[in-house]
Amino acid sequence: MSALEQMYQQVILDHAKHPHGRGLAGSADPAAGHLAGESHQVNPTCGDEITLRVDVSDGADGRTVSGVSWEGQGCSISQASASVMTELVTGRGLDEVAHLDAVFHDLMASRGKGLGDDDVEDALGDAAAFTGVSQYPARIKCALLGWAALKDSLARSGALAA
Amino acid sequence: MTTTDTVRPTGAAPAPAALTAAELAAVRADFPLLGRTVRGGRPLVYLDSAATSQKPNVVLEAEVDFYEQRNAAVHRGAHQLAEEATEAFEDARAAVAAFVGADEDEIVWAPGATAALNLVAYALGNATAGRGGAAAERFRLAPGDEIVVTEAEHHANLVPWQELCARTGAVLRWFGVDGDGRIDLTDAGAVITDRTRVVAFGHVSNVTGAVAPVAELVAAARRVGALTVLDACQSVPHLPVDLHALGVDFAAFSAHKMLGPTGVGALYGRRELLEAMPPVTTGGSMVEVVTMAETTYAPPPQRFEAGTQMVAQAVGMGVAARWLDELGMDRVARHEHELAAELVRIAEIPGVRLIGPADTHDRLAVVSFVVDGVHAHDVGQVLDDRGIAVRVGHHCAQPLHRSFGVAATARASASVYTTVDEIVAFREALSGVRAFFGVE
Ligand SMILES: Cc1ncc(COP(=O)(O)O)c(C=O)c1O
Repeated sequence: MSALEQMYQQVILDHAKHPHGRGLAGSADPAAGHLAGESHQVNPTCGDEITLRVDVSDGADGRTVSGVSWEGQGCSISQASASVMTELVTGRGLDEVAHLDAVFHDLMASRGKGLGDDDVEDALGDAAAFTGVSQYPARIKCALLGWAALKDSLARSGALAA
Repeated sequence: MTTTDTVRPTGAAPAPAALTAAELAAVRADFPLLGRTVRGGRPLVYLDSAATSQKPNVVLEAEVDFYEQRNAAVHRGAHQLAEEATEAFEDARAAVAAFVGADEDEIVWAPGATAALNLVAYALGNATAGRGGAAAERFRLAPGDEIVVTEAEHHANLVPWQELCARTGAVLRWFGVDGDGRIDLTDAGAVITDRTRVVAFGHVSNVTGAVAPVAELVAAARRVGALTVLDACQSVPHLPVDLHALGVDFAAFSAHKMLGPTGVGALYGRRELLEAMPPVTTGGSMVEVVTMAETTYAPPPQRFEAGTQMVAQAVGMGVAARWLDELGMDRVARHEHELAAELVRIAEIPGVRLIGPADTHDRLAVVSFVVDGVHAHDVGQVLDDRGIAVRVGHHCAQPLHRSFGVAATARASASVYTTVDEIVAFREALSGVRAFFGVE
């Protein structure tokens, strides 16, 4: 596989074409027992944008991401990454989400080498397919745009506060 | 369409000779970087010259030679090196001035076009704050005065004017663009009015390659006594430009887009305007008499050149200007006109849409485009895999992109060293992009 094909894996192209979570859902006013946050992120070099909303259920056994929806325009990498992330984090506890975020950032810093740990990469699911992107420094920002929006919207929702 | 009629004023001398294949090969051999390979051994096809050009050996050598033989502080020091350095520095100014039809003392060194445009905007701001005495009266802005730009501007010729308006209470107005991205002069009389004090516009768009109607805009500005500021970044490297003949008051351009080094560029100002204009950056080298209480300033251009200048780079810019002069800017323009004709043919590729004029009349060899169903970044990546370097994004012209209803485009741009074969290779690679992403 060429470096280009490693970046544009079929899963990535599929997600870009049929993204999960696309179309803002819910509202900024959460239901009882929920927290909600919204974030707008731009990649100033290419004008890519994403607006992402997160809904967190604030249950007795902890806080869980109960919904992610987003709207945006951008390249196939940024769109696919937001889609994969939506699938990956929905239904997960905030600790798990923070861990996945850290692992995905490590993957993006791996310069195409991956994390060298199958278990860790398995946990990323489709997001592991982005290893090829990390060979292209200019594209890493694209892959991280959705993750940045998720982190910021979680912070804005107040869910990260004790 | 012939290849030369649109780049020369009517009634001009006979058409310049095209570059022969041997001449073009010799030109290319002068640019070491063009010989390298990229992405696993592919020959480089560099189509990003509108962002920055490559540099010929003479420019690289001029900088090294300056550091090896002449390096010293200019305009001070009583030693031979200082003399030689000053001579090289001022000789470069003369070369750049001659290259754009200006007088030597009308060329101010600046770090680049962005800095040069900001210099004018801040000088007007300083005049408005009362600096420069009676002579600077003509630069003073009052609330309600208007500054006119166009929707096609590079951010470098837009944001400084927005800021000047915010500081002075002047009002920003602008010309819109038509469907081809050309400045729409339909309501020129309503845009440039008695309230207009400055008309700032780009000579050639770095997005569409469209050449602005300079004569019309200068005439309209003059009728109301407004200053004209020309962003000549994308014209000076590609066309014969005579600033006196164009009749603009100020012009800005960067060395790095005209085969010269980064870190240097020029502000042109009509002599009487530079003489009346208050300084912006202050400090060493731009003064006459300094006391603890106050300072009088040197005449231009030194008044605008505070601090140690980018001497080696300026010398390189002078050499770049002479290199282009020797080849002949009319011949450069003719060559690039042929390249423009090859570039616009990407519109024949299914799914490719040009942003900007589809013809080669009054347009240079830069094309921006979108590929239906494929984001510009992804287009650029596939081209890059074939060794073809293009730019993607908004090219520092968000309002122009917004007017076309797109957030990003890909852009291919040529320079004197670009060949038709390279553009054919680019078109071929571009033809395969939609298939790669399965959107055919
Ligand atoms: C039309 C135009 N104006 C201004 C600039 C700014 O030039 P620089 O970045 O060299 O200051 C550019 C270059 O990007 C340009 O293309």
